[in-house]
Amino acid sequence: MADKSLSGEKKFHVVKRTGIPVWRAWLIRIIAVFLALIVAGIFVMVVTKLNPIDVYKTMFDGAFGTGRKLWSLAQNTAILLCISLAVTPAFKMKFWNIGAEGQVMAGCIATATVMILLGGKMPTWALMIVMIVSSVLAGVVWGIIPAFFKAYWNTNETLFTLMMNYIAIQLASYLSTVWENPAGSAHIGIINSASKAGWLPTLFGKKYLLNIIIVAVITVALYLYFKFSKHGYEIAVVGESQNTARYVGMNVKKIIIRTMALSGALCGIAGLLIVAGTDHTLSSSSVGGQGFTAVMVSWLAKFNPFTMILTSGLIAALGKGASEIAQEFNLNDSIADIITGIIIFFIIGCEFFINYKIVRSNRVNSKIVKIQPENETAQSNITEGEKA
Amino acid sequence: MNTIALFISRAVVQGIPLVYGSTGEIITEKAGHLNLGIPGVMYVGAVSGVIGSFFYEKNNPGALNPFLAIIIPLICSLFGSLVMSLIYAFLTVTLRANQNVTGLALTTFGVGFGNFFGGSLATIYGSGGSLALRRTSIIFKTALPFASKLGNFGTIFFSYSFLAYLAIIIAILAQVFLTKTRAGLNLRAVGESPATADAAGINVTKYKYLAIIIGGMIAGLGGLYFTMDYTSGVWSNGGFGDRGWLAIALVIFAIWNPDIGILGSILFGGLYVIYIFIPGLSRSSQELIMMLPYVVTLIVLVITSMRKKRENQPPASLGLSYFREER
Repeated sequence: MADKSLSGEKKFHVVKRTGIPVWRAWLIRIIAVFLALIVAGIFVMVVTKLNPIDVYKTMFDGAFGTGRKLWSLAQNTAILLCISLAVTPAFKMKFWNIGAEGQVMAGCIATATVMILLGGKMPTWALMIVMIVSSVLAGVVWGIIPAFFKAYWNTNETLFTLMMNYIAIQLASYLSTVWENPAGSAHIGIINSASKAGWLPTLFGKKYLLNIIIVAVITVALYLYFKFSKHGYEIAVVGESQNTARYVGMNVKKIIIRTMALSGALCGIAGLLIVAGTDHTLSSSSVGGQGFTAVMVSWLAKFNPFTMILTSGLIAALGKGASEIAQEFNLNDSIADIITGIIIFFIIGCEFFINYKIVRSNRVNSKIVKIQPENETAQSNITEGEKA
Repeated sequence: MNTIALFISRAVVQGIPLVYGSTGEIITEKAGHLNLGIPGVMYVGAVSGVIGSFFYEKNNPGALNPFLAIIIPLICSLFGSLVMSLIYAFLTVTLRANQNVTGLALTTFGVGFGNFFGGSLATIYGSGGSLALRRTSIIFKTALPFASKLGNFGTIFFSYSFLAYLAIIIAILAQVFLTKTRAGLNLRAVGESPATADAAGINVTKYKYLAIIIGGMIAGLGGLYFTMDYTSGVWSNGGFGDRGWLAIALVIFAIWNPDIGILGSILFGGLYVIYIFIPGLSRSSQELIMMLPYVVTLIVLVITSMRKKRENQPPASLGLSYFREER
């Protein structure tokens, strides 16, 4: 489309939209998900020769079929949501932190270390406090290092945080061999399986309930932080234009570092929930790629904490459903990643039709318009707009 | 001396997939696109070749025609990574989607695609059991005939299969292309400032598409080399590991120069196997050694950003979409 207009055919032309009613934006997204399910269904049918409707039915049952499955879905959603919330503050200021994997892993490592070294040596309440403080600190340290270099030397944060992921993962592999149990297995095994020291408590006899409550509180708190606090406003301004932020007297360096500290702290909490609240062990795959998935979840939700409940639930349900297909039809559960990938491609693609529209070229001049501030590609325009 | 020669040859074998991956990523990044989907593209490149040779072996129980046994997986692999790169190029260039999110989605999809087909191809279409394409792999692994006669010199320089030499040739050609040709200059201009390039009459969209697609196809060959040569045609799920991400790290380590990328790849490859050659090294210290490539890359990244030397910086528009009407 754009290409045609460049090469001189000039039949159609792409322009930015001034704005789009919320219901229409969501209608476009729902159509995209629907199309993606059709494409994924065709893919499954061609590859496995199974009836796609059966496959989707099995997936649906796998995710929502029984009370137990629903509860386990809620737990998976909670962890993914927690990590997605954690990456959001940084993304809102266009700091492309893809290091959640490493920051969560740092939290996992800190929690496991405290559980192994101090478990049984102090009262439960003191152990809990040490665990919380150390996991948050570990996440903060892992998040602040790239932020510091970004703020002072403009070091590329995407590449920096990517490297930090693998340093944390290798550290976890290293610790797995140091604390291996039984010897020679290179696995840590369940930590404190007898004494349960450092395990997060079970509320009302419901496993994982505490995880879900904590994440729910974080969701609301983060929404309020973005919407009503001075910090939230500063993040939004830095995200739109660093020059504008500097011009009105904000300390951009401080805001970048502070916001990444917040991101890291939330990642640390996610690590705590994974190790102390769910797995009770540590391995190099404790986070299992959720740090990367969270980037997509947060972006799909347009960085809105409440919408993120929906998007993280969708991705978690796909994962649950796909492992059900894998069992039922004797396939391997990588099919979850394929379907997730297809759905995300379609949602990414449909954003174009929300942000831009295609018009006939002879009407172009009257249709060029200013850009809505929410657009991430519109940085430079907003700077000009605000100065004027 | 024998040990050192053996170590170097093992390091090269480990490094070749990284040469492909980093050369492909450098070409893509020079067009201003940070393709985080490269790990996924390499998985798809690997599994597409596997699919091709699986059906070729299945239909030919007798002796394989060496030419077909190589050309079929090669074309399948190139086609697989072509499709993957096209998805990325369409979403990020034409639809101007966020590059990080698109890249991560591509990796999720590609790794899933690879593990799904690699893991269940034999179950769905064949006799069951695990996938082993040894007959094709032997043809792929044919080394130069005189290598074994030249002692250590032969081991270091001539003991590899043709895909290894192809990797080095492609990397050197990429270096010449980027620094010595008009088209390479144009490509770098597109990555630095697409608006300026556009004003100078360069077709930005065409350059971006070509760089992403050619870069992706080169990277995909790294996956093919890994399955056909390194693992001898045996697929194990997740076996490719984090080599795709390591290739992206290498781009920084090489400061966006494919020729330095060759040396960096062999160095990083050596870190993968050094524990075999150092006596008395425990498994835990091996895990720490595997951390080194990332730490070294970080240090390079920090130093280049501190020194602010213009020729050592990432392409200026890396990660940003280009919309002509935005001023």
